[in-house]
Amino acid sequence: MSEDRKDKPLLECINVSKFFGGLTALDNVSLSIYPGEVVALLGDNGAGKSTLIKCISGVHKPDRGDIIFNGRPIGDATPSEVREAGIETIYQDLALAENLDVGANVFLGKEKIRRMFGFLPVTDDKYMRSEAAKVLERLDIHIPSLAQKLIRLSGGQRQAVAIARALYWDARLVIMDEPTAALGVPEQRKVLALVRSLREQGIPVIIISHTMQDVMEVADRMVVLLRGRKVANIPCEEATVDLIVKYIMGSPDVVKS
Amino acid sequence: MAASALTQPKRRASPQETLLQILLRGWSWVFLVALILIFTALDPVFLSVRNISNILVSSTLIVLMALGQTYVIITAGIDLSVGWTVGLSSVITATVMRDFGEAGMDPGTAIAFGVVAGLLVSLIPGLVNGWLVAKIKIPPFIATIGMFGIVRGAAFLLTDGKNVVGNIPAEIREVLRGIGNGSLLYNVPDQGLVWFSQPADLAATQLRGLERLMPYPVLITVVIVLIFAFVLARTKFGRHTYAIGDNEEAARRAGINVDRHLIFIYVLAAFTAGIAGVLHVFRFTAGAPNVGEAALLDSVAAVVIGGTSLFGGEGKISGTVIGALIIGVLQTGLVILAVDALWQFIVVGVIIIIAVLVNQAQEAIEARQVKREEHADE
Repeated sequence: MSEDRKDKPLLECINVSKFFGGLTALDNVSLSIYPGEVVALLGDNGAGKSTLIKCISGVHKPDRGDIIFNGRPIGDATPSEVREAGIETIYQDLALAENLDVGANVFLGKEKIRRMFGFLPVTDDKYMRSEAAKVLERLDIHIPSLAQKLIRLSGGQRQAVAIARALYWDARLVIMDEPTAALGVPEQRKVLALVRSLREQGIPVIIISHTMQDVMEVADRMVVLLRGRKVANIPCEEATVDLIVKYIMGSPDVVKS
Repeated sequence: MAASALTQPKRRASPQETLLQILLRGWSWVFLVALILIFTALDPVFLSVRNISNILVSSTLIVLMALGQTYVIITAGIDLSVGWTVGLSSVITATVMRDFGEAGMDPGTAIAFGVVAGLLVSLIPGLVNGWLVAKIKIPPFIATIGMFGIVRGAAFLLTDGKNVVGNIPAEIREVLRGIGNGSLLYNVPDQGLVWFSQPADLAATQLRGLERLMPYPVLITVVIVLIFAFVLARTKFGRHTYAIGDNEEAARRAGINVDRHLIFIYVLAAFTAGIAGVLHVFRFTAGAPNVGEAALLDSVAAVVIGGTSLFGGEGKISGTVIGALIIGVLQTGLVILAVDALWQFIVVGVIIIIAVLVNQAQEAIEARQVKREEHADE
């Protein structure tokens, strides 16, 4: 049940609570994430998954409890401070500019500039594309033309670009919100392969998904939230779809109320 | 290099489709050339240096207004107030030149003050527009239509309701004309090419045959066009403009200061309108509140004909210039052919609709290709 491990957790949520008016969105939730593990965050709609993710990524401030990342409290940090600390959140909508190419997206907001004729500041598109190519190669992703606008890429390729962007800027923890929801089957496989490749590089991943199959395939550990409370924390060897679904549904067999 | 394997283009478009796409992408160029050919065939005077130079000079108003508008529309906004900003700027410029000139200031200084005042005042509606859109989150259409009324009222109040601010002292008018109607290079009959200023004491026949090869208003506009095109296509500012137009939220999350960027863009739109107003004073040695009134729709039309998407994220300055030239060619061509000027509105209206249809067709084809590529991947 408890995470008695010798290495230190990279991220620790300690008794985090969040209230919206009279509604308790998170109730004393504690969660630890260790380097190189994939943790699935599960729960029905409204169970508090998104609220927890938003607390971690700085969008919400927890009303009670602490969030410690890499030894530093980040409960009061802004989203950009959290990103700078090394937590990258890849939202369902990906937040990419689809009218720009791969390099431009990886470097969006942090463009590499060169001096044309020694004085005119222009974007160094060649450099940005080749850097994007390097990080994509590291992830073993092949995108035919990096000069192509994202609108011309498939859903899985776009997801790859979002992940590549997170990685390029040295993410130390990646949070993925429903990464496979909008994808076809072959693309889903690619994204799951990406998650594994992150793990191999020692970068932990928190993944929110409704697709049990994905979760069983890729996660090392499963955390289930039910009405704002953490009701399960199960290593994947012990988990079965049946058991997890019981936790998610709050079946009285497994959840004491 | 490793990148080479990744950057190989993968094209699965059929040949006909590719041809169609090239046609669709370049239709405005084709259309412009076709218009010129048709007008020339109907009346060869159309292609005379004189006429071309006139078209270019009169197009500067629409081009300048459309430049800033292109940036605004790429961010998925619109600025309906720029027409009256042109007028306000021209009124301020002319009034300052007149009053300072009458007070005995030397022409050069009075003109400089007029230009600076006109440009500075034109920034105000831009700042307010940008602030309303970026900070108060008022839809651009509403914010700028409000500003449309405010600037219009302000411009007319400044002129006491009159349509023209004239009475600029003669020696100032002389200097203004030298620039507004001058040319860097003239072709004078019997004298050949003459640089910088129109030779004095020309015979009536020579005056009639005089050709202005590089009118100053056109040169000034070309410089501004090049700067705007460069900034949009090559710089970080341009990149962020496109990003905001496609996905404002993504731009915000990427750390781009979207609010500041938007405000700046509305100021840019007002600024190019301000330049157009100042240029009007140089060309006509007078200001008028309503000089940009009709040009507003033409400038938006130029942007749309040039392929900029009203939904944001797409567009190029070169397209906008072509769009403005199409309108300029049409206006002059119909006048030369002695077609009732009212037909102009109808023709321009039809072209706008064609432009939007062409854009949609382009997008539909591209979407189909992407879909096919996805299927091919599976």
